[in-house]
Amino acid sequence: MRSRSCLLSTLMGTAIVALCAGVAHAQETIKIGVLATLEGPFAAGGQDSMRGADLALKLHNGMAGGKKIEFIKGSSDASPDKAVAATRKLVEQDKVDIMIGPLSGDEGIAVKNYSKTQPNITFVNGSSGAQATTLVDPSPNFFRFHTEGAQWMVGLGEHALSKGYKKVFLVAEDYGFPYSQVQGFMASYCKNGGHVVKKAWVPLGTKDYSSVISTIPGDIDALVVVLGGADAVNFLTQYEQAGGDKPMIGGTITVDQTVLHFKGKRRESLLGTPSAGPMADQLDTPEWKKFVADYKAAFKDGFPSPSLFAYLYYVSTQATLLGLDAVKGDLSGGQKTYRDALQKLVFAGPAGEVKIDENRNGIGDTYITEVAKDSTGDYYNKVVKVVHNVTETLGLSKEEFQKMGLGSRDVPNCP
Amino acid sequence: MSAAQWRRAMNSGAGRSSTLRTVAIPTEPAARAAEPPRLLPPVVAALRGIRPHHLIVLAALIIYPLVASPFFTFQIGGQALALGLIALSLSFLGGQGGMVSLAQQSVAGVAGYMVAIFGTSIDPISLHWPWWLAVVAALLIATLFATFVGWLSVRTEGIYTIMITLAIGVAFYYLTLQNYSLFAGHRGFNQVHAPTVFDTNLRDAVPFYYLALACAVAGYGFIQYLIRAPFGIALQGVRDNPRRMRALGYNVTGHRVAAYSVAGLLAAVGGVLMVWYNNQISPESTGLGAMIDILVIAVLGGLSRPIGAFLGAIVFVLLQNFAIDLIARERFNLVIGGVFLAIVLFSPDGLLGLWTRFSSRLSTGGAQGKLRRGGAA
Repeated sequence: MRSRSCLLSTLMGTAIVALCAGVAHAQETIKIGVLATLEGPFAAGGQDSMRGADLALKLHNGMAGGKKIEFIKGSSDASPDKAVAATRKLVEQDKVDIMIGPLSGDEGIAVKNYSKTQPNITFVNGSSGAQATTLVDPSPNFFRFHTEGAQWMVGLGEHALSKGYKKVFLVAEDYGFPYSQVQGFMASYCKNGGHVVKKAWVPLGTKDYSSVISTIPGDIDALVVVLGGADAVNFLTQYEQAGGDKPMIGGTITVDQTVLHFKGKRRESLLGTPSAGPMADQLDTPEWKKFVADYKAAFKDGFPSPSLFAYLYYVSTQATLLGLDAVKGDLSGGQKTYRDALQKLVFAGPAGEVKIDENRNGIGDTYITEVAKDSTGDYYNKVVKVVHNVTETLGLSKEEFQKMGLGSRDVPNCP
Repeated sequence: MSAAQWRRAMNSGAGRSSTLRTVAIPTEPAARAAEPPRLLPPVVAALRGIRPHHLIVLAALIIYPLVASPFFTFQIGGQALALGLIALSLSFLGGQGGMVSLAQQSVAGVAGYMVAIFGTSIDPISLHWPWWLAVVAALLIATLFATFVGWLSVRTEGIYTIMITLAIGVAFYYLTLQNYSLFAGHRGFNQVHAPTVFDTNLRDAVPFYYLALACAVAGYGFIQYLIRAPFGIALQGVRDNPRRMRALGYNVTGHRVAAYSVAGLLAAVGGVLMVWYNNQISPESTGLGAMIDILVIAVLGGLSRPIGAFLGAIVFVLLQNFAIDLIARERFNLVIGGVFLAIVLFSPDGLLGLWTRFSSRLSTGGAQGKLRRGGAA
């Protein structure tokens, strides 16, 4: 087959000569494929996720289980087709032993389905956070060491109620990740007597929110805004211009640096805005501070502090390497011993303990934060509460969770 | 017959019989003037066009999965053939009809969505019809959609055709993105499995490759036949001089719409293959990026002959898969773009043009006139 690929490459000119040249490697090397979105809408996040994976390998001295680790990188554009194509190339053509990735939700489901056709390869999720990946028809060789979109919002519902927000209006982007986030929020919020009066689902990348803003009822206590990046800023600006004055509750990627640098008149009103996530920029633990310092030292061109994607890829890669350490680099027997070791793995990540459940999904901590002002007048997300050991059933029993079903446009519902 | 010859024949009036033999269309008034004894049926003309190197290529394509790895069979071979089929529909429209339609990927998308809706998927919207019925329905609806696109856009020329088909394609993308009751919105349809026929799962690497190969060869042969058939010749006439064709009594609009339907059927077959290949379909499959990919494949290969679409698809798929191995990971799209730019810059007729120049330099200049083609799209 290699001669075949060489034949093709001669036909196609020099374009793929490296394909043949690049496969010579020593026996003592373990090849790990890393897939992230280096193109498309999440290109910046994908780049930072690669930094997270590189950092984990670097801090592991490029070795695991006594063997040299070689990363082979792949790219997708956040679409499931591309993610599977890139994964298939890494697994079947580059012959990697272990896969890390992908980055976004729908990609994760597609790669999980593909993993079933490759039972001798172990797949470790990168940062994709769709519930269905591990809850619906899980794959025995697909592991997710971090928590997902719904788990990241657990505890925010109670926190909102404790602030007196009993009736809220919800605006969120119309795809899988916000569905999960909204479910994570509403599961406990509805149960404890809160009401989400109306939900507005807007397409990703919406510029004009006037039709949404005009439907916001007057008698609500707060807005739940599960929008990312530019969408959140656009919504906020237009809500302010329309004379809105209700406080806000944010999703995991809503109140990030772009929103904190929001310069409008309502800037003051951002103070106290609660949100939740698997990490927090200003976490006050030695593990987190060391992680941030390592990140800054390793990547001069990186972000001021590691993004969510860098953190999640870091944890995923760390788990992959620690698992290899545990089995001393032994991947024989269809990697069964390695998978058993991964299943039992418990370690301290930068933001709390990392471990997985029987569906191979992460059980971890969720951080509830509020926007606060520091001594220099800059805004940041201050940790106000930590919810430990958040499970994928969001703290509900399995039966209760199954009764509710996975998050969607209409699930859960408590008007 | 090339377009240049056609034009010459049209202008010279009577012309030599060898030039005019395929022009003769029994039902058309213009044809009655031609010499009937020299008529060759298009099938025979197409079959006579088969040369030894065609058979060698076909044999190589049949042997290919036996020597290639499953990866090269499925992801490179199978995908290139399926994408080539969609690009073929565009290169037929563009090359023979002079109409560049960006909506061919949308036609393929319609077919893919219909397979998912009528057939089986994990989504409750799916109707779970038998696979062959779902495929027939999908091809039918997609061809109707293509006819509709043609009917809307045939009265425009050049850049306006591109604009209107782009608008239709983008509109379809947003429809699939925001409609939940029929198109399942952003998430689309997952686990749209290829059927198992005679204990063979058509999604496995080798069966899928042969299925795609069979469809591609059939599509290629069909277009080769069509180009030689009266319809194809008339279409080239419509491309080169619609006013003259109208004056001769041809229904120009009818020919163009029919070309859209024929091309639509090819794109639909490619669309069904792609949905089985991907195992799923979602709005990204019909988005602007996918539409432009098809245009790039067709232009890269060259619009003048049907084989160009497949050449373009092979290079495109290889680049997409292996460019990342050549260069720093964030910059690999630069390689893809650079190669496209270089080919289009140095050879206006894509890879076919390169090949023509290469082979005409080898032989004497005689072949050049035969392979040149007028009426660039």
